[in-house]
Amino acid sequence: MNFSFGLIKEMAAAAETTTEASGGLDIYNKVLCDDFLGTGFRITTSIRNTWIIMAALILFAIIVRIKMKKFKAVPESGFQNFIESIVEAMDNFVGSNMGEKYKYFGNWFFGVFAFILLSNLMGLLGFRSPTADLATTACLGFSTFFLIHFMGIIKGRKEYFKGYLDPFPFWLPMNIISEVATPVSLSFRLFGNILGGSIIMGLFYTLPFYVKVGIPAALHVYFDVFAGFLQTFIFVMLSMSFIADKIPDETKN
Amino acid sequence: MEKFQSIDPQAFVLGCSAIGAGLAVIAGIGPGIGQGYAAGKGCEAVGRQPEARGTIMSTMLLGAAVAETTGIYGLVIAIILLFANPLVGMLGQ
Repeated sequence: MNFSFGLIKEMAAAAETTTEASGGLDIYNKVLCDDFLGTGFRITTSIRNTWIIMAALILFAIIVRIKMKKFKAVPESGFQNFIESIVEAMDNFVGSNMGEKYKYFGNWFFGVFAFILLSNLMGLLGFRSPTADLATTACLGFSTFFLIHFMGIIKGRKEYFKGYLDPFPFWLPMNIISEVATPVSLSFRLFGNILGGSIIMGLFYTLPFYVKVGIPAALHVYFDVFAGFLQTFIFVMLSMSFIADKIPDETKN
Repeated sequence: MEKFQSIDPQAFVLGCSAIGAGLAVIAGIGPGIGQGYAAGKGCEAVGRQPEARGTIMSTMLLGAAVAETTGIYGLVIAIILLFANPLVGMLGQ
């Protein structure tokens, strides 16, 4: 975690020297407040933006909950149709990848999907994506890591531990390294893609104004919308296949 | 000889880091080839079996994402060298 803080510090230093270089786009992870309400927490741009996303998601959940009291068996309102279709789409997506019995993972993956998607799309509003911070993506990666091994141990039991001695017993160190590499590659893939996109955008916004007409829109469509959707999809999809990998096949249906 | 001794060690480390960052993103060649190959095979598969388009698409994206990993590692090394350089701190100033 030293690395993460080092990165924040360096970026804060860089932000101080090149305040207006990014032309209004928030590409640096600045330290906004060193000592939040006297608790000693350091508030950075990523934390503030994560809070904005959390507020949006919680607000959406509350609105759905209030409307839910009027839920009907046969949907009449467009709103209920919309909610049902997205929940069903996610459940079927999980069901087809992990087996019908593990559809309940749809709850978790819908939350992860919504969070990552909103944070990737945040660049459209000129905010810095929280997923362009290694701390956020490492948290998501380690949640997947925890789920992989938790499900592996409670569902696979003997097979889970036998898997480490596959194909030969002396292959154990290699298997352990590949298990540790899973969350690292998951989190670095998301982090690298989003940070790379935001750095390219930030560099583009430093150019003179006459090349900034229209072209940034195309860049936003590619780096924020296309790459954002794709990386969200890939993160959720890979998490699901890694978890499903550790669950024995006979329990899936 | 005088000229070489007057190089600021920090500037030297930063310059070499910039070259290293440039070299690190050469790692992008591998994923480019790999993803192109995956996309080509995906097109072939859709051509042969257009009704399985959805499954082929998601499998292809998964494969392309895994192929991308090494390129992303190169990119992360380059970003660390440029923005959070650990080598400058080792000069012991």
